[in-house]
Amino acid sequence: MSTLDVWEVFIQTKPGLSHKHAGTVQAATAETALQNARDVYTRRMEGTSIWVVPSKYLVTSEGMNKEAFFDPADDKLYRHPTFYQIPNDVKNM
Amino acid sequence: MKIIDKNTEFEAYVAQENKIEPKDWMPEDYRKLLIRQISQHAHSEVVGMLPEANWISRAPSLRRKMALLAKIQDEAGHGLYLYGACETLGQEGFTAHRDYTYEQMLQGKAKYSSIFNYPTLSWADIGAIGWLVDGAAIMNQVMLMGNSYGPYARAMVRICKEESFHQRQGYEILMTLCRGTQEQKEMAQRALDRFWWPALMMFGPNDDASPNSQKSMKYRVKRESNDSLRQRFVDVTVPQAQYLGLSIPDPNLHFNETTGHYEFSELPWDEFHEVLAGNGPANKKRLDTKINAQKENRWVKEAALAFAAKEEKTT
Repeated sequence: MSTLDVWEVFIQTKPGLSHKHAGTVQAATAETALQNARDVYTRRMEGTSIWVVPSKYLVTSEGMNKEAFFDPADDKLYRHPTFYQIPNDVKNM
Repeated sequence: MKIIDKNTEFEAYVAQENKIEPKDWMPEDYRKLLIRQISQHAHSEVVGMLPEANWISRAPSLRRKMALLAKIQDEAGHGLYLYGACETLGQEGFTAHRDYTYEQMLQGKAKYSSIFNYPTLSWADIGAIGWLVDGAAIMNQVMLMGNSYGPYARAMVRICKEESFHQRQGYEILMTLCRGTQEQKEMAQRALDRFWWPALMMFGPNDDASPNSQKSMKYRVKRESNDSLRQRFVDVTVPQAQYLGLSIPDPNLHFNETTGHYEFSELPWDEFHEVLAGNGPANKKRLDTKINAQKENRWVKEAALAFAAKEEKTT
């Protein structure tokens, strides 16, 4: 017998915040995945909105060479505001 | 040579309190140790529902019944978090799918916590389980919140948050009984008598008889030894028993002023090994219940899958 799909669960703790990964549930359909996620992850008023996504559709960077993948961010300090020198006399910047 | 280097590098990495994530390289025995430990932890949550479920329909008040139901619902959730964490290890030729590990448990090839092979003979046992068994579990799981494998550590954080509700509801049950009639107080004492040693055994064998602990501590999965955790548990639990007016069933228990710790008798290790070998009071019953549940509910799962397949076709 085949097995039930695994779904990734994302919970928004309150309106205005982004959804955060909470865990997984197993379910045959999207609707039951949502029901299970509600029962498991929002029993104590942890959230106001739930997303469920079949785990098989998740594409991740894991498994790639981490150093090479994230390296380009390393040598571009000019992307940060602190890279630029502004005289102390200039206010409100 | 390359492999040795990688292992040393790994050990140094976890020694600096870095977390390992699913796709990171890890030694084979680290992966193996985690699959074993996390899946057996998950099985314990699932089997642990049974001794308590035994009293749902017989809980003495609606308040107690609601709390017990909520607690058992939590245990199911904890099992789920742990199976999820375990499955992240199913790579590099290792199988960690929940259906597979669960099947191993049903076949007696994988263990669950020894404590759930003890029967719940009175309502007071439900209190003793909450107070002692969940208390021992919290102590162990708080330690595991700092373990080196990210998904396991995160599951522990979530579980520990819920677990303190369990311990408090258990203690409240016993407190009510101890302030009740003579009969109720005796019932509480007998529950403590039954669950004291099994709860202490939850921390595992003595340090010198625990070969897996060494490796586990080297890899920062375990952060504290069995004996050390057990001692801490005794130190915090004895005053709680005194507050209830109950006595610990150990004639050798006494406080050592110099060390600041309670000293206690050697544990009944023969019993421990018997229970682990499948010969405890309720081992067979627990497994049979789970095997039957799976067998009898198979058609429901098949129906759910058939319905999902039909839905997919129409959309």
